[in-house]
Amino acid sequence: MRVGLFLTCLNDALFPAAGKAVVRVLERLGHEVVFPAGQTCCGQAHFNTGYRRECVPLARKFLGDFAGLDHVVSPSASCVAMVRENYPELVGQSPPVFELTEFLVDVLGVTDVGAAFPHRVTYHPTCHGLRLLDLGDRPTALLRAVRGLRLIDLPDATHCCGFGGTFAVKNADTSVAMGTDKARNVLATGAEVVAAVDNSCLMHVGGLLSRWRSGTRVMHVAEILASAP
Amino acid sequence: MSVWLGMPPFPEAAREALADTQLRANLRAATATIRAKRAAVVAERSDWEQLREAGRAIKDRALRDLDTYLLQLEERVTAAGGTVHWARDAAEANRIVIGLVRAAGADGVVKVKSMATQEIELNEALAAAGITAVETDLAELIVQLGHDRPSHILVPAIHRNRAQIRDLFRREMPGAGEDLTDDPVALASAARAHLRREFLTARVAVSGANFAVAETGSLVVVESEGNGRMCLTLPEVLISVVGIEKVIPTEADLEVMLQLLPRSATGERMNPYTSIWRGTTPGDGPREFHLVLLDNGRTTALADEIGRDALRCIRCSACLNVCPVYERTGGHAYGSVYPGPIGAILTPQLRGPDPVADSLPYASTLCGACFDACPVKIDIPRALVHLRTKVAHPATEQSTMRAAAWTLTTPRRFALARRLVPLATRFARLPGPWRKWTHTRDLPAPEGESFREWWRRREGSP
Repeated sequence: MRVGLFLTCLNDALFPAAGKAVVRVLERLGHEVVFPAGQTCCGQAHFNTGYRRECVPLARKFLGDFAGLDHVVSPSASCVAMVRENYPELVGQSPPVFELTEFLVDVLGVTDVGAAFPHRVTYHPTCHGLRLLDLGDRPTALLRAVRGLRLIDLPDATHCCGFGGTFAVKNADTSVAMGTDKARNVLATGAEVVAAVDNSCLMHVGGLLSRWRSGTRVMHVAEILASAP
Repeated sequence: MSVWLGMPPFPEAAREALADTQLRANLRAATATIRAKRAAVVAERSDWEQLREAGRAIKDRALRDLDTYLLQLEERVTAAGGTVHWARDAAEANRIVIGLVRAAGADGVVKVKSMATQEIELNEALAAAGITAVETDLAELIVQLGHDRPSHILVPAIHRNRAQIRDLFRREMPGAGEDLTDDPVALASAARAHLRREFLTARVAVSGANFAVAETGSLVVVESEGNGRMCLTLPEVLISVVGIEKVIPTEADLEVMLQLLPRSATGERMNPYTSIWRGTTPGDGPREFHLVLLDNGRTTALADEIGRDALRCIRCSACLNVCPVYERTGGHAYGSVYPGPIGAILTPQLRGPDPVADSLPYASTLCGACFDACPVKIDIPRALVHLRTKVAHPATEQSTMRAAAWTLTTPRRFALARRLVPLATRFARLPGPWRKWTHTRDLPAPEGESFREWWRRREGSP
């Protein structure tokens, strides 16, 4: 299958490993990945902050960048939710975008991607993955199939980490209070790695874990799935 | 709608609340308890989603033909011996109530907990007119004795724990002895003794209503303590102040609403007291009944295609109890009688623009827990985003967002900007508004090959 990669602007700027991981996983499963080089940003930050008008040209550009592709896959639940939920109203249509884990499980019918990652991992279901995309147990099913990986339940897993896009800056104190509780719950699991399907949330929680010098790492689920035996 | 004088916008008010560790502990314990209870009783119903859908449909039907149903309600209430008054805003509603209390020759009223009268600040208006108002709901009484503000729609004193309430009763409640303990039974008994005298002597009662049935002219109050039943039956004059969005078309609609409300609100299958009354009945209950129908911004909200969904709200507080922002900041930070997610969309619409109201649509991470919990399926995140497009944006934010949009519309500009990122993240502290990030959190500092370099290298290789 020929699959378009929607990297997202945040991953492009700060988390290139997530994009590389998606390519490795899909190629390992025998699919061809194309990367439309003109792509930038889906406009979610603008849309959610109340700059709807500024978002329209970004949405139009997105449609052009990914035109002609039957499947567009992204390592970001929240950007996929933005395109799927809001583009129809903004620009009249929504391209066929999938979050990586739903693409693997629903479209390709795969839960074992042949990865190995011998570490203790806890999983944070990000709000947009959980509630907008309704990913359910797809990400954890994929993680459980990884050789050597021990998945540990995260207390209060479904509670928001407090990132919330511009909320993290506009309401920084509340955001940090929420993130602190999330990071403490992560530490309570004793996991070496906290994984998620959104690097934005991981940037927030990981930023706290890093400031505390906790030694616990954040990783995108794609990176774990890309780890070869 | 009243502005809480001196309240700062949400981020600033939240900062103060976050620093209060006792408040955060009280809130966490209380909301976690209600959340667990609600989840258990909701899980018992296999038809919960159908009930929610029915609740949404009933409220939408009522709002779609609101004028028709309100006129029908007026006709039925009048036919049953009641009097209907229409109040455009808070001042008009307060004037009507004060006039009615004076006409009854009373200098005091007993009150059932009512959000509508909180909204119009009736107690303050009555006090200014020399009329004493006594709140008879236990939590409202705690708030009133403490010269405090309610911080939750359903549990107005959620921010106080038992020890704080005991101290307050000892200090402020006539007849509460020095030996009063913080045992809930002892606290409730002290309040009961205090209130009994008020119930038996009051000649006028003021209530709100959870529902107003157009078909029959019936008003409905749902409560847990029996104080409402006392107020609704004992005094000679009953005045109910009701928002116009509380009307539902038929009595059969109560079948749905009375299943949704208690489960969502207190996590109970059924609430202890449901009182339904209609006009007056000779020899039984109040001799006079007045219904004050309150607009106070509701018709403005109704005119907004997305914002109007907030008028479906049945004031159950389920959204407050699941909201991670509310759980940490408490209700006072919202600067309004309607706190939490529903307050963040209702307050700006009822009140109109001001710095506090403009900050409220941003008091959310858009996590969506409120939408999942709402028994009438109000898409609160969607309404929040919609209202964010309508508020005044700070000039620096506007220029930043526009510059970002400009940068992101061409790959060349984006590529240039992206090259600056590794440089920026090398600083432990970022400049400007981004300082708020690096003050407490590290930023990732990507090393090595960018995605695009890696991709080009692979594509270029044979």
